[in-house]
Amino acid sequence: MRQSDAARRTTRPDPWAAAVRLLDLPMRAVQRLIGERRMPYVFLLPNVVFFALFVFVPLGISFWFSFTGGSALFPSQRPYVGLQQYGYLFDCGSVLDPSSCREDHFWRGVHNTAFFVVVQVTLMVLFSLVTALVLNRPIRGRAFFRAVYFFPVLLSPVVVALIWKWILQRDGLLNAAITTLGGQKIIFFIDPSWAMFWAIFVSIWAHMGFYTLILLAGLQAIPGDLYEAAEMDGTRPLRALLRITLPLLWPNMIVVIVLALIRGVQTFDEVFVLTGGGPGTATLMIVQYIYETAFANQSQNFGLASAASIVLGVVLFVLTLAQLAFNRKRDAT
Amino acid sequence: MSLRSALTLRRGGHRLHWTDVASYAYLALGVVLMFGPVLWLGLSSFKTQAALLEFPPSLLPTSQKQVSVPGFDTPLPLFSVTMDDGSTRVLAQVRRVGLQAQMVDPADPGKTIRVALDKRTPLRETAFAFSNYTEPLRQFDFLLYLKNSLFVTIVATLITLLINSMAAYALSIYQFPGRNVAMVGIISTLMIPITIILVPVYLVITWFGLVNSLWAVILPGAATPTGVFLLRQYMLTLPRDLIEAARMDKASEWQIYARIVLPLTLPALAVLAIFSVMWRWNEFLWPLAVLSKSQSYTLQIGLNAFQGELQTQWNYLLAMTVVTMLPITLVFVFLQRFIVAGIANTGVK
Repeated sequence: MRQSDAARRTTRPDPWAAAVRLLDLPMRAVQRLIGERRMPYVFLLPNVVFFALFVFVPLGISFWFSFTGGSALFPSQRPYVGLQQYGYLFDCGSVLDPSSCREDHFWRGVHNTAFFVVVQVTLMVLFSLVTALVLNRPIRGRAFFRAVYFFPVLLSPVVVALIWKWILQRDGLLNAAITTLGGQKIIFFIDPSWAMFWAIFVSIWAHMGFYTLILLAGLQAIPGDLYEAAEMDGTRPLRALLRITLPLLWPNMIVVIVLALIRGVQTFDEVFVLTGGGPGTATLMIVQYIYETAFANQSQNFGLASAASIVLGVVLFVLTLAQLAFNRKRDAT
Repeated sequence: MSLRSALTLRRGGHRLHWTDVASYAYLALGVVLMFGPVLWLGLSSFKTQAALLEFPPSLLPTSQKQVSVPGFDTPLPLFSVTMDDGSTRVLAQVRRVGLQAQMVDPADPGKTIRVALDKRTPLRETAFAFSNYTEPLRQFDFLLYLKNSLFVTIVATLITLLINSMAAYALSIYQFPGRNVAMVGIISTLMIPITIILVPVYLVITWFGLVNSLWAVILPGAATPTGVFLLRQYMLTLPRDLIEAARMDKASEWQIYARIVLPLTLPALAVLAIFSVMWRWNEFLWPLAVLSKSQSYTLQIGLNAFQGELQTQWNYLLAMTVVTMLPITLVFVFLQRFIVAGIANTGVK
């Protein structure tokens, strides 16, 4: 019995070891050919190829596409049109009124996204902060509560949207609660304001756990003796919150705000599954405009979609630079 | 209540202060709001189609009791009826006529009894509709979507672990010309999300002839700056003597990577693996753009297509939503520690 166990252990195939041995032959040959000092380039190669093919080359093509027209996908068949696509995007009576624009859906997307981002980021950071402060108190079952707030972060946007669609539907749980309390059923997704409200609500629900976690980590890094010293000086809790906790948490707050802004500007999935951008264009976001212009419409207007992508990219670039600037400032202090 | 215990996590251990009460109230509300919807989805997914159509909905998966009565083709719904003399009887309803219902006693189906509608209450029983789970897997292509999702998640995670750990190895163990350029280049890809290069990545995939193939979903996200960064930070802490010793023993650079560095990097690899599984299982926008044939749909895309159909079959849709949610929930339950640590260390998800 014991012997057969030992025998099995020695003969059990280890696929990883086998693969390593198999790959060692060519890798050794390469090493002999180029020398040990150039081996890091070989290890770097697969990653560089992937980044080149799926990030850097596409970024270049994206710029080129935004200066071309037609509906062909291959760049060689696309005529150069200069700034025409950008001209279309910005052909507006007034950018404040999307219906005066040639690409009215793009500007609806810009307006909706701007409104969405301002409200969503403000409320989400606020709720995350309150939740982190509460979770940082001496409460029982902190791990459980933290897990509860964090769980939705892991759910896919489709699952999140369907969970809420089911609750918010005509005969759903929420309408049951409303009628029980004596109200009238509300059909939420045919009302533009309600649709936007729920788009914002659901995206806060899905993401606030992530930001809570970052803020909680920041709170736990604040040294406890600061509070001890404040207590000896007879400082009130509220004053300690305003004078110690919040100033020391500020760097984390900046990170959270910028991250939330970067994500918010790219909002698409949950809202798309929840409302489809509707009713009408009430919850249509920029990314949905890009997706539909390129893939969902009959026209397949890749040039226009690329131009809109570049505009979105510029916004993200500015936000990222802001984040880097804040990070540098934080590291310096 | 001391200031210190009010603002830090150290336990004061005194009487309950009003701020404690407020905290627990806030957290209790949070549990209802954050976890309630998920629970409601789970409960609803076991309801029969008929139970799902009820308004107001019942909490548990219940449905009205039915009984087959001789002389009637279909089973009849059972009611508890208050009779004129005050007694209650269990009767089956044949049909409704205006404000009255024609009912029969299942034991004596010959005689029709007329009952006012408000005198009867439906008899309910708990009934789990497991067919919500089995039917869509059989009738529709959900089994295929599930397989596709599993394939994408597993293969993509393996590729991600391999190529990112190789890059991290090069960038942490060696000093070589171009190292900083490579680092900056990789980190800068953080600024270029798929949302702004959707069209050209689609073009590259078309060049390779991979549109509608699962490889189109797997390849573009395989190299990830987060992965390289996370693994590199960990590898930088490994003792260099080990590597030097292996080199003395004539180990090839590949062997050093595969037999020495990788096994020591397992904790960081585990974190990246969990992240990758989450990313891949939940990915939506890119698969939506590149997969247009239903044979290659992943669960997320299949679910979205199914919910977009004109007649939404909620009983199947809810059950399949639970199936889509389940693997991630298991990952969460068992590996929460790693996820939390990973996010706290890198600030990404």
